[in-house]
Amino acid sequence: MSDLTQLTISQARAKLRSREITATEITEAYLSAIERANPALNAYVVVTDDRARDMAKASDAKLAKGEGGSLEGIPLGIKDLFGTEGVHTQACSHVLDGFKPRYESTITANLWADGAVMLGKLNMDEFAMGSSNETSYYGPVINPWRRSRLDTVVMPTTHQGEGGFVSAGGTRTARTLDNAQLVPGGSSGGSASAVSAFLCAGATATDTGGSIRQPAAFTGTVGIKPTYGRCSRWGIVAFASSLDQAGPIARDVRDAAILLKSMASVDPKDTTSVDLPVPDYEAAIGRPIKGMKVGIPKEYRVDDMPAEIEALWQKGIAWLRDAGAEIVDISLPHTKYALPAYYIVAPAEASSNLARYDGVRYGLRVPGKDIVDMYENTRAAGFGREVKRRIMIGTYVLSAGYYDAYYLQAQKVRTLIKRDFENVFAAGVDVILTPATPSAAFGIADEDMAADPVKMYLNDIFTVTVNMAGLPGIAVPAGLDAKGLPLGLQLIGRPFDEETLFQTAHVIEQAAGTLQPEKWW
Amino acid sequence: MSVDIKTVKRVAHLARIAVSEEDAERMTGELNAILGFVEQLNEVDVSGVEPMTSVTPMAMKKRQDGVTDGGKAADIVANAPATEENFFLVPKVVE
Repeated sequence: MSDLTQLTISQARAKLRSREITATEITEAYLSAIERANPALNAYVVVTDDRARDMAKASDAKLAKGEGGSLEGIPLGIKDLFGTEGVHTQACSHVLDGFKPRYESTITANLWADGAVMLGKLNMDEFAMGSSNETSYYGPVINPWRRSRLDTVVMPTTHQGEGGFVSAGGTRTARTLDNAQLVPGGSSGGSASAVSAFLCAGATATDTGGSIRQPAAFTGTVGIKPTYGRCSRWGIVAFASSLDQAGPIARDVRDAAILLKSMASVDPKDTTSVDLPVPDYEAAIGRPIKGMKVGIPKEYRVDDMPAEIEALWQKGIAWLRDAGAEIVDISLPHTKYALPAYYIVAPAEASSNLARYDGVRYGLRVPGKDIVDMYENTRAAGFGREVKRRIMIGTYVLSAGYYDAYYLQAQKVRTLIKRDFENVFAAGVDVILTPATPSAAFGIADEDMAADPVKMYLNDIFTVTVNMAGLPGIAVPAGLDAKGLPLGLQLIGRPFDEETLFQTAHVIEQAAGTLQPEKWW
Repeated sequence: MSVDIKTVKRVAHLARIAVSEEDAERMTGELNAILGFVEQLNEVDVSGVEPMTSVTPMAMKKRQDGVTDGGKAADIVANAPATEENFFLVPKVVE
């Protein structure tokens, strides 16, 4: 293969082990792809080329001796939320200007221990707050996917159309790409864009309300948010600690399984890390789903949902039924309250977690007439609008006199949301199938969303329930809409049953195929 | 419930974020939109429901009460905007 960036992780792994390619070659291929594409896509905020070359060289030395870990020589992108020792780590915020941690997050340490190569730090919404990657201090990330129009062109029958078909009648169909720039989703927009555009073999990401699954759906990639407690949160910049969970974004289901196996661990440094061995997720791929009970929740059929999303959902149901699964209608009655409860719990936790950015210990400092003035000026200059908005909401709902009405009520509703899931799992449902997002990717600087923050929040309507209940969820590409944009389906599993998600997502992938954007950058 | 501009300024001060008159005005609208959206939670009957404290039914792990780390003052102040001899420097807080 001429372009090494086209290899999936599993393909690259085989070629690296057989010495058909070297880690240095594949790393160089990615570094030049990034150099060419990043000015257009803005997926990376920092490229660690020297470190990447050093790591690749070390991998090659190991591979030459027939040694090396499960990801030896595989080049990855790292979301800017992960602490990476001596390397830019700013959660894409101005307030963390110049911050280079003196420690390595547990997840990235796991990846490096398994031989992965770091290409750089990936763009994201500031402090992971956003659904379009437009709140980053480093500017928006661009989706490698663009809308397209299907044209039928009458051609002389001898014409050999470029990328089109020559039909007997002398017409051909061709997709014409629209120039409008689209968002990759958020908050892990840099991760999704980079994976989709072949700027890394896979990427780390995090998901507090949908930040892995929504961008994966918008870019035709696979993203899994594992069960809360499966991946250590140690060394990841905290947003909402009871909801945050890291996971991978990858080009196919197998690659996501390979990455999660390395990222997940039992970590004494995170008290919420669960003492359960990490299974071999890859082994679940290819297992038949005959007899599996798949739940279809009626509450996910929301008003104004495009007909295409409903059709995609039906297609997913048919694929799983054809593979021998039993489809059952289920009810998760508190679904509609998940998003409002989230917009109390997440800002409340964020307001507390982000109190540490005070201009004293790290990052930006803007002077003031006294220390309080210095705090206020630093935080006013350092945080963007969305982050301020959420800190303000969080501070308000936790302030004296409002705690019971807002925070306590939301945490009670959260118990009910979790109970809904427990009830359907207790009734024998193995996995739940839903759409991943209520729409395909939308335009940069969408006016409706800019005018009304709640409209932007509605992007997470299908994903946020999973965070509220701490469950695992995977987004897998399921097809293109009429404008040629990818759409995804979501599978929700029992706690710590990521294996069933990989197993079932693979069935969808087999039916839908993997998706690749047409290159314009 | 909704907030007025006076409340927004008070909350901004509690959150230690300086706001201009214009910021406060804009935020009042935005915060009220969000508070209006979360209002629907009041419809839910939560009588007898325990608030969630942990999504995984597990007791928080406890480690031995022993020193496991330390001696890294230089690392700890390495990223601070102003330091002197491994101390963080802040504007004068006592007269």
